[in-house]
Amino acid sequence: MSVLLYISRRLVQAIPVLIAVTLIAFSLIHLVPGDPARVMLGARATEETVALLREQLGLNKPLATQYINFVLNAVRLEFGNSLFLRAPVGPIIVDRASNSVSLLLYSIVVSLLIAVPLAMLSAVRRNRPEDHMVRLFTTITFAMPAFWTALILVLIFSLRLGLFPTSGLGQGFPNLVLSLTLPAVTVGFYLAPVLLRSLRASLIETLSAEFIEAVRARGLSERRVLFKHVLRNSLIAMITVLGVNIGFLISGAVVVENVFAIPGLGSLMVTSIVARDYPVVIALTLVFGVAVVFVNLLVDLSYAILDPRIRL
Amino acid sequence: MTVRETSQGHIPENAWRRLRRRSVSERRWSAYTLWAGVSIILLATVLSLSAPLLGFTNPNEINLSEAFLPPSREHLFGTDDLGRDIFTRVLYGGRIDLSFGVITTYLSLVIGLILGALAGYFGGILDTLVMRAVDLVISFPFIVLILAITAITGPGLYGAYIGVLIVSWALYARLTRGEMLALREKQYIMAAQTLGFTTWRVILVHSIPNLLRSNLVFSMSDIVLNILTLAALSYLGLGVAPPTPEWGAIIAQGQKYLFTAWWISTLPGLVIVLVGVGFSLVGDGLADRLGANGGGGA
Repeated sequence: MSVLLYISRRLVQAIPVLIAVTLIAFSLIHLVPGDPARVMLGARATEETVALLREQLGLNKPLATQYINFVLNAVRLEFGNSLFLRAPVGPIIVDRASNSVSLLLYSIVVSLLIAVPLAMLSAVRRNRPEDHMVRLFTTITFAMPAFWTALILVLIFSLRLGLFPTSGLGQGFPNLVLSLTLPAVTVGFYLAPVLLRSLRASLIETLSAEFIEAVRARGLSERRVLFKHVLRNSLIAMITVLGVNIGFLISGAVVVENVFAIPGLGSLMVTSIVARDYPVVIALTLVFGVAVVFVNLLVDLSYAILDPRIRL
Repeated sequence: MTVRETSQGHIPENAWRRLRRRSVSERRWSAYTLWAGVSIILLATVLSLSAPLLGFTNPNEINLSEAFLPPSREHLFGTDDLGRDIFTRVLYGGRIDLSFGVITTYLSLVIGLILGALAGYFGGILDTLVMRAVDLVISFPFIVLILAITAITGPGLYGAYIGVLIVSWALYARLTRGEMLALREKQYIMAAQTLGFTTWRVILVHSIPNLLRSNLVFSMSDIVLNILTLAALSYLGLGVAPPTPEWGAIIAQGQKYLFTAWWISTLPGLVIVLVGVGFSLVGDGLADRLGANGGGGA
């Protein structure tokens, strides 16, 4: 199978999931008990304003028409107006997305910095004290609520040591990195145990593979075997593990954004739910769902490049 | 031909039977982790259920003259801004969080196990429907789907239950379906079919006990995840509302006083970690004994 065929087949597979994701986001407002327009505006709104909003949102039209309009608008990033911020939803989301993406990327780096060395240590020294220590670390960090980890880090590194700001985002690149450090470390600790378990298993599998025996038999140093052959062959596993857990990663970041008051999509989601700002909630549900589908697609496509066997 | 005379020579052991029989090589480590975990969970459960008997009567008792007291012998975890005893609040919070974790986890295990087993056994349209539903749930970050559901139901414990149930059955279904596909090809299942047992009997009596193994192991991490999710929702103001004592809500209330009264937020968090470690240790112990990989999660 050629790479192109593989890629196009994978693209086609993503379409039904994408349609389902849009259906979920679309049906949110219709699942709220009562008249959606009334729910959004609250009990005090007059009948005229409710009727006007119903008209604006197209709630008078048949469901199928509403859905098609919803998808057509979503493609152009048009999600109507935020009821609370009184501005178009699309630009608000675009504005805030970069903050969330920065946090996610930084978090991935931190979690890999934690997980990869520990997974290697654990796999190489399997069933020895080092391995047990790493497994204990995994168990403990897995049970730590992200928002609590965040508070502990703030208590130590911001309040006591004064190294990082307690919340918000700094202006300019150095300050931005500084203010994103504690949030990224928090998400890193949240994601690391999940990555660690899968990586350890995959490293153990690679370490016992026959080609590693062959490399050892050629007399290469253990360090060379480990860093050149084992680690490289676990790269695909690493990308898979990251791809599988992208939803988990985003979930952690959504919570952590709220703790540190980072103006990203996660904090927007929570404030919008509290404010019953449904157009924003719907748009964000769609954006998060599409993002996960898209990342999984990218992960699968990266196999085509990294693993020559896929092309066969 | 009897069921036992298959070419594979033996019948895979029932999960429960395996649990009771320990293999010698695994005995030591898995015994430690399993019993350490069980003790932690039992301790937490017994303490939070028997709180009133132990003299911790009212988690909402306000005593302004005793506000912001640091941990001491009288107030193990100190007191908060209203002079409420944090330890008492944590004990009562345990009732909400522990029951939430257990109920959501095992309800979704049963739903996922049944749907996954049926999908794997029958295949066809049923399989497609179940697996597409699984794909759909998995294609959202779980917290986003749960938040979207609380946007429908409104904040509160009820919304948290619905949200977590809708999300967490999917992993059990996927896990079970995969194992059912493999199981269906096993000779003893074919033998059961050949002997003319009803489909229900083959699924319930011959398949489910063997499918339970991985599900039980995974359920332990799932309890941790579900408790953390409820705590996170309450922390965000969308779960259990104050003044009801719930672990996440207590931590959220203490955040304002992090610098002056560090104990309000930090100590209840330690309890969450301890309980989570307890469940994870049980999961590790079960995995060692049952010889099953939890498959997914951590």
